[in-house]
Amino acid sequence: MIHRFLTAGAVALMAGTAMAQSDGEMVTTFTLSNGMDVVVVEDHRAPVVQQMVWYRIGSADEPVGQSGVAHFLEHLLFKATDNMESGEFSATVAANGGQDNAFTSFDYTAYFQRVAADRLELMMQMESDRMVNIRLTEDDIATEREVILEERNQRTDSSPQALFREQMHAAQYLNHRYGVPIIGWRHEMETLDMEDALSFYETYYAPNNAILVVSGDVDPAEVKQLAETHYGGIPANPDLPDRLRTSEPPQTTARRLVMQDERIAQPYVQRSYLAPERDAGDQETAAALYLLSELLGGGTTSYLANALQFDQQVAVYTGVFYNGLSLDDTTFSFLVVPSEGVTLEEAEAALDATYARFLEDGVDAEQLERIKLQLRASEIYARDNVDGIANRYGRALTSGLTIEDVQAWPDVLQAVTPEQIIAVAKEVLHPGASVTGYLMKETPAEEITQ
Amino acid sequence: MKALKLITAALTAWVLAGPAMAEVEIQEVTSPGGITAWLVEEPSIPFTALELRFRGGTSLDAADKRGAIYLMSGLLEEGSGEMGAQDYARALEGLAASFSYDASKDTLSISARFLSENRDEAMALLHQTLHAPRFDQDALDRVRAQVLSGLRSDEKDPNDIAGKAFNAMAFGDHPYGSSGKGTIDSVGALTRQDMFEAHEAVFARDRLYVGAVGDITPEELGALLDGLLLDLPETGAAIPGPAVVTISGGNSVIDFPTPQSVAIFAQAGIDRDDPDFFAAYIMNQILGGGSFESRLMTEVREKRGLTYGIGSYLVPRDLAAVYMGSVASANGKIAEAVEVIRAEWQRMADEGVTAQELQDAKTYLTGAYPLRFDGNGQIASILAGMQMQALPIDYIATRNDKVNAVTLEEVNAFAAKFMAPEDLHFTIVGRPEGIEATSN
Repeated sequence: MIHRFLTAGAVALMAGTAMAQSDGEMVTTFTLSNGMDVVVVEDHRAPVVQQMVWYRIGSADEPVGQSGVAHFLEHLLFKATDNMESGEFSATVAANGGQDNAFTSFDYTAYFQRVAADRLELMMQMESDRMVNIRLTEDDIATEREVILEERNQRTDSSPQALFREQMHAAQYLNHRYGVPIIGWRHEMETLDMEDALSFYETYYAPNNAILVVSGDVDPAEVKQLAETHYGGIPANPDLPDRLRTSEPPQTTARRLVMQDERIAQPYVQRSYLAPERDAGDQETAAALYLLSELLGGGTTSYLANALQFDQQVAVYTGVFYNGLSLDDTTFSFLVVPSEGVTLEEAEAALDATYARFLEDGVDAEQLERIKLQLRASEIYARDNVDGIANRYGRALTSGLTIEDVQAWPDVLQAVTPEQIIAVAKEVLHPGASVTGYLMKETPAEEITQ
Repeated sequence: MKALKLITAALTAWVLAGPAMAEVEIQEVTSPGGITAWLVEEPSIPFTALELRFRGGTSLDAADKRGAIYLMSGLLEEGSGEMGAQDYARALEGLAASFSYDASKDTLSISARFLSENRDEAMALLHQTLHAPRFDQDALDRVRAQVLSGLRSDEKDPNDIAGKAFNAMAFGDHPYGSSGKGTIDSVGALTRQDMFEAHEAVFARDRLYVGAVGDITPEELGALLDGLLLDLPETGAAIPGPAVVTISGGNSVIDFPTPQSVAIFAQAGIDRDDPDFFAAYIMNQILGGGSFESRLMTEVREKRGLTYGIGSYLVPRDLAAVYMGSVASANGKIAEAVEVIRAEWQRMADEGVTAQELQDAKTYLTGAYPLRFDGNGQIASILAGMQMQALPIDYIATRNDKVNAVTLEEVNAFAAKFMAPEDLHFTIVGRPEGIEATSN
């Protein structure tokens, strides 16, 4: 066990702020006076640090008609500021032997650098600069819009599987912005302009909407001092809007999609259900859903693999996916890739029958215990990847959870009972909340002549 | 922002002189039975990462058995000893250990991770995996169906199509000229006996390299290795000779219905043990290495918005070396991207790099080096890789000196000699507009 203790003297210096510390994960947290949350995860094995700044803003917060602007803005933050030339940010990171990048999701936008530990201050100086000082040109807008359109080409339009996922998602959400792709719909991306980007930036990029996560070979007291110096002087945005989002109405009707694409060599069927996410102080339902997904789809010993791949041999692959880290309702989904000669209808019927039998059989206590054992071990292995722990905090804190929720999660998982798992399965996975999709090769009659 | 730059320069000087790498202390361990391993003791977390590498990889497939070694590696977790596939998986889950397998052109690797509290049981299971595979017919058929499903998908993947076409052109009948996963026909014909033969071909002590990092002492590691590996056969299948690399200038175009063309571009490469390797490494960093600062990234993405991603890579494999890159660009734009890349190839050959570019690349490469020693599994993998490349055990401490020792004259003399714009070949998959295929 690695224990990190601050000396009493160091704590006393930080008059006025409480520094909470979790010994199990080498984690220290505090909040700056302007409302910026800070998480420090220590690992002193190598002289390396990672700085991440997470904004509580993602594609699901975008104005109507401007899909993709959160991600577009993420790209534009590598252009000029009042103090740096376009491209100078990454050039400076590289000139210091570091690596940097950024990513955008439904609920967050995050920027990070990995670099030698003694360069942390320079990284903070630059990251705090671009929180408030970007200066864009029309040329930046025009060129970078081409780049994000090529990114959409590469990630989505070149992949029928990605296009299918996009359609499944759009069908799942009747009223919530999660139905719109993070990268944006192409026709809206093409119209994104300077005003869209700047309006989004000025509204949401502020210290009281950001979380600084520093991981690696650092001293929390020193991080606090540096953070006060570089981020602490940026005023909070008093007009920061609440994250008001539309919510889903009761979903009452099963939806079905068929997508045909001549690039598909291996057809498959996917089924997703609208499902609750992890909520602050209330993670039990999500924990039961996570264990349900592991029991049904967690590898060779899972219920679906056993039935569909081993016994009936109707599938070459089965998978079950649930990610509870989400600000609003998430999905619980199944994937079945049928064996050769098995139709998608047959694969779907086998999935339904198998799941019904699972509910009758109940949870295999030994399997549940093995899953819980692996979860306990994963907390040991996780300590080998301090950036992974940093990520966990960043995603949780931008998804409406607290530090306490993150630290309670392993115990919440361990406490789930077989009865809770079956109860939550029956409650959540009902046909009205489902989307079933077939992705298949185009049938010859429908082939388009070139 | 001048002040910023001054700070940068000062910090850089300090760190280049500093002992950034002193943390990775490698010990060479020789087991009582004579097996050599490199070890970094890291007792702070109670687990060990163990990397076993067997030289040869999928290039050891028998002539008419393409895909046998790849399939065999996928079957190692499908039962051994008295355990069928699911009993085996339950046993592994019960130990919270993980063993993963990777069969590449040059190497079959086993990456194991196991807790200190049940290390002996985990190693007993790994021993059984290595020495008593079952290759049951039902498991073979099940995993074969997964491989075939993947092969069918590869046939519709523009990147796979491009890679396959390029390899066939560049390496011909050599194993490098075809996919180690095999073909739908060759995999379809593989038998249980082929799996045992593939196993015998690969697993032998004369081609074994071991890296270990974690909560384990040299004595414990020595005993572990003897128990695990001493009863492997002394030798396996003969490793094939070098491939003849055939790349000539021009374009190949493979029609595929997609809105964005993908292109692989390549010329002959340079071996890892070539005295010019560090000059090549720095030159590539400047042309198309993995940061936002490369010339290709600047010219193709930042200035013109022709792509989301472009990069170039030195690929020095055991049996052949190529210098290649890849780009993806809308069908209507790929012709311009190709033109810009060709011009950059020519510019590098004609003008080389500037003193500033050289300095920036050195600063980046030397500063980024420590970042890769990132976790026990990653370090174990690096230790095994260093041994395969016959690098000295103190290499990590001297590597940045080697980068810094390269002069501007060396890089530019190398670029003039090595860069071959007239031989740069583009393999393009998509519906590129304004690009004609050349015969080759």
